[in-house]
Amino acid sequence: MTEPASKNANVVAECLRSWNPKAVAEVSEYRGETTIVVPRELLRATAEHCRQDAKLQYNFLTDATCVDRFPAEPRFELNYHLVSIPRREKVRLRVWLSGNDPMVDSLVPVWPGANWLEREIFDLFGIRFSGHPDLRRILLPEDWEGYPLRRDYPVEGYRDVPNTGELFRKSSTP
Amino acid sequence: MTTVETAIGTARTMVLNMGPQHPSTHGVLRILLELDGETVVKAVPDLGYLHTGIEKSCEDKTYSQVITLTDRMDYLNPLGNNLVYCLAVEKLLGLEVPKRAQYIRVMMVELQRISSHLVWLGTHAIDLGAMSVFLYCFREREEILKIFELFTGQRMMTSYIRIGGLALDPPAGWRQAVERFLKMMPSRVDEYETLLTENRIWIGRTKGVGYISAEDAIAMSMSGPTLRAAGVAYDNRKVFPYSSYEEFNFNVPTRKESDCYARYLVRVAEMRECVKIIRQAFDKIKDEGPIKADAPGIIPPQREKMKTEMEALIYHFKIFTEGFSPPPGETFVTIESPRGELGCFVASDGSPKPLRVHFRSPSYINLQALPKLIEGQLISDVIACIGTIDIVLGEVDR
Repeated sequence: MTEPASKNANVVAECLRSWNPKAVAEVSEYRGETTIVVPRELLRATAEHCRQDAKLQYNFLTDATCVDRFPAEPRFELNYHLVSIPRREKVRLRVWLSGNDPMVDSLVPVWPGANWLEREIFDLFGIRFSGHPDLRRILLPEDWEGYPLRRDYPVEGYRDVPNTGELFRKSSTP
Repeated sequence: MTTVETAIGTARTMVLNMGPQHPSTHGVLRILLELDGETVVKAVPDLGYLHTGIEKSCEDKTYSQVITLTDRMDYLNPLGNNLVYCLAVEKLLGLEVPKRAQYIRVMMVELQRISSHLVWLGTHAIDLGAMSVFLYCFREREEILKIFELFTGQRMMTSYIRIGGLALDPPAGWRQAVERFLKMMPSRVDEYETLLTENRIWIGRTKGVGYISAEDAIAMSMSGPTLRAAGVAYDNRKVFPYSSYEEFNFNVPTRKESDCYARYLVRVAEMRECVKIIRQAFDKIKDEGPIKADAPGIIPPQREKMKTEMEALIYHFKIFTEGFSPPPGETFVTIESPRGELGCFVASDGSPKPLRVHFRSPSYINLQALPKLIEGQLISDVIACIGTIDIVLGEVDR
């Protein structure tokens, strides 16, 4: 599924490449949405550049979320959705994280609003954000075991379920 | 969950536990307040009491089955939740929704916005001691719920907006019902304003309370009336139009003061704009025309066709047993809900069940700025600040 790159995708990719050639690992376009895959080490610097560069002006972090592609590896796909209010453009920054060491730089120093978004991802996916000021569980109790939104966590939770429940489980959940 | 002991208290200050069952939190929200006399030094919100794991449940349902779950997140804006989810899936599928359905969607969502603002205004006023406003607001909200019942058969959990269109054609007599509401509403908004806008107690409780600068609000990812009251005219209906909003003529009310009073004025002005949008949609909706996209295999076939055509019967069977499979990919769609930017992220792996559904809920993200609003303020202002962000805990915790 590849579509021709939009005008905005080219602007963002060029701007980032001219700043640091390593910052853009891949650019893809799907249904008019631009995705820029960023290497894990460069996430915070790239986000900071996206926010500050006069040509980009992505000043608003609207959403951050994770997708678990278990059993593929690297399994975690972190998506940051940025909006430029002055330019009226959107872009998605994506970082791939492996299941062994799901750790990435926190974006709270760039956008304070990333605080609860990252806490939610930590709570439900178990991804750690280094440099986060207050990385605690937010929705679940502090003594909760496991990370429910991971694909290998059963929908019914870890408890005894009647055998009939097994029939309706997805093949991807062991 | 945060325990009282973990919140820091010094010899001068005391820690007060507010909630989770506090009437002003409009749900179950707990805030740990560190107080120096009557001044709030530090506030730590504690959430999760209504967490129901909707995003996890979505992964075990077919794309159409998820719609009923979206109703239950933000229970003051079920139609908006339906809409954002359906827009995301439609984008994934590349479906084009007929214009008539788009206009009906706009009309319903704007009615919903008025009803949500009415609940906000009524409860916010009751929190601050203006009892009678609540009764007036709920009188008009009842009229809107009656319209929803007429259209959908349900007052609150409507599930009316479906992937590719709408569940039902508008019923007979809908024009009279909406027309009556449109004639009544502007004068009713005037009524609320006579009760509050120049009320000295109201101004005393809200003016200058809960200030946040525009830069801070953007940095904290705030959206909706809270951001617009800080002078940033960011409204998804204008900036990233969806469902044919670009054809509608309306203003985005903004204020500069960025206090509770400014947020009140923005929301009241928004109600008036909603009436304008509903009027335009009302005129645009034709009496005849399709309300569902032409996409066999995704949209359930009509009843008559199912009984006369074999293909329709097969599609019907397949849709309700297996569902449909969008191509692999991800989409992220944002709309303007009454509370701010409501987003939906859907990832498909090519199977009939979504790989991931995520909601960017405006209440959750706006609530994050609450400590910033109340630290340094009086404890009585905490109530005003919680009310003015307009949170729905069902959506915060999901």
